[in-house]
Amino acid sequence: MIEVKNISKSFDGQEVLKNISTTFEKGKTNLIIGQSGSGKTVLMKCCIGLLDTDEGEIKFDGRRFSNLKGINQKNVRKEMGVLFQGGALFDSYTVEENVMFPLNMFTDNTLEEKRARVNEVLTHVNLENVNSKFPAEISGGMIKRVAIARAIALNPKYLFCDEPNSGLDPKTAEVIDELISELTEKFQMTTVINTHDMNSVLQIGQKIAYLYKGQLWWEGDHQGILETTNEELNDFVFSTELTRRLKHR
Amino acid sequence: MISEIGKYLMVIFQAFKKPDKGSVFIKQLVIDFRYLGVSSIGLVAFISLFTGGIIALQTAYNIDNPLVPMWLIGYTTKQMMILEFSPTIISLILVGKVGSSIASEIGTMRVTQQIDALEVMGINPANYLILPKITAAMIYNPILIVFSMGVGLFGGWFAVVITGQVTSVAFVDGLQSFWDPFSITYALIKTVVFAFILASVAGYKGFTVQGGSVEVGKASTQAVVISSVLIIIFDLLLTQMLLT
Ligand SMILES: Nc1ncnc2c1ncn2[C@@H]1O[C@H](COP(=O)(O)OP(=O)(O)O)[C@@H](O)[C@H]1O
Ligand SMILES: [Mg+2]
Repeated sequence: MIEVKNISKSFDGQEVLKNISTTFEKGKTNLIIGQSGSGKTVLMKCCIGLLDTDEGEIKFDGRRFSNLKGINQKNVRKEMGVLFQGGALFDSYTVEENVMFPLNMFTDNTLEEKRARVNEVLTHVNLENVNSKFPAEISGGMIKRVAIARAIALNPKYLFCDEPNSGLDPKTAEVIDELISELTEKFQMTTVINTHDMNSVLQIGQKIAYLYKGQLWWEGDHQGILETTNEELNDFVFSTELTRRLKHR
Repeated sequence: MISEIGKYLMVIFQAFKKPDKGSVFIKQLVIDFRYLGVSSIGLVAFISLFTGGIIALQTAYNIDNPLVPMWLIGYTTKQMMILEFSPTIISLILVGKVGSSIASEIGTMRVTQQIDALEVMGINPANYLILPKITAAMIYNPILIVFSMGVGLFGGWFAVVITGQVTSVAFVDGLQSFWDPFSITYALIKTVVFAFILASVAGYKGFTVQGGSVEVGKASTQAVVISSVLIIIFDLLLTQMLLT
């Protein structure tokens, strides 16, 4: 479980996160939703320690992580996997080298053991026979899968995904969502997903936090979100033609 | 300006921490070494060969006074190649070639979040990306510069002999006269300093890019401009310190 307590963050005097408190639960897909610019990425970067918070703290299973440095920070990070928005695969490395990268850094396993682990996680994300391809040679959906494979290579307890299906067609987006949700359940990870995709929200939103202009505006699950009377959330949820038509049925 | 220098020092300080894993550092170093080496050698050979020839011919042309001994042409060519052309001009050419590619490679990694990915995997990205490049440049550039000296002198010899300006014997005689081993040491010290400037400025510029591909391009240009200016300034300082 990850606890976020009273987090605030400003850039040059402009407050981007305002006193946010929430929890992300183990074995569940926890969604942070909101419009573009609402602060989702900044919140996630605070959680994984790429940004320092101005106020408040973040605890991973009771261990304070926010604003930690050095070896203490590293120890918690070993238990995290992160899927960045564009995948952030190392483009001078092959698929296999990308997935093996964290294993090289953090284990003393032999090459054979590492190869076996790489193939195992690539199977988890349903990718085979692409080991020797470079990121530039595979599709956007495959890049996301390789990035997921890399993120889970060290069996993380916590998985963070920033807009995992941005830039993908609806069908592939759904496949990626389902994959993340399956892996979360299977390995009992605490998974945090940033998204503005209503389809993902309805499909895998076990716990949902709605950010509005840097504030935590609403919390609930995918059932509650359809019944909410909160005006801003309603605007967000029913912002597309498709969802509006559904509502008026 | 002051804050820029401060940021530069902080990044370079991060880069010079002990690598997390020695084997990984060596692997990166080999990659960078191969990259620097294979890709620059042809260009350096070409430019040195022709410049050596041009210097020798110009010297011969300028001193066609029969009272000036012929060996002076070989001697002047040698001095110019070793003291200034190879260490400084070749370093400047490498800035344009290697420096810009280091800055854009690391800059692209920054804007595509590959550096963030390294960091959340608990790796010190400045150390992982920049230190091997600085090390490779500081080892490899001196080798390239010595190579450039050799090729340049050969170019000078070839040009004057084939055009019949000077006899082979007189030119070689000039190359050997007033031989001062310190001039090589001086050239190598300059080269090592220039290599550090080149790789660290380019690494820093790439590392601190914010934005997208436009900013990566700008960072790469700035890396070239800043390192070139610094190299010329340090050339003057080092010459003053070492040769007088
Ligand atoms: N490093 C930064 N420096 C200054 N402002 C930033 C920085 N990162 C994000 N912001 C600002 O914070 C706000 C929230 O951004 P972000 O978290 O990326 O939104 P999103 O919800 O789309 O992920 C935006 O207004 C953005 O301009
Ligand atoms: Mg975002």
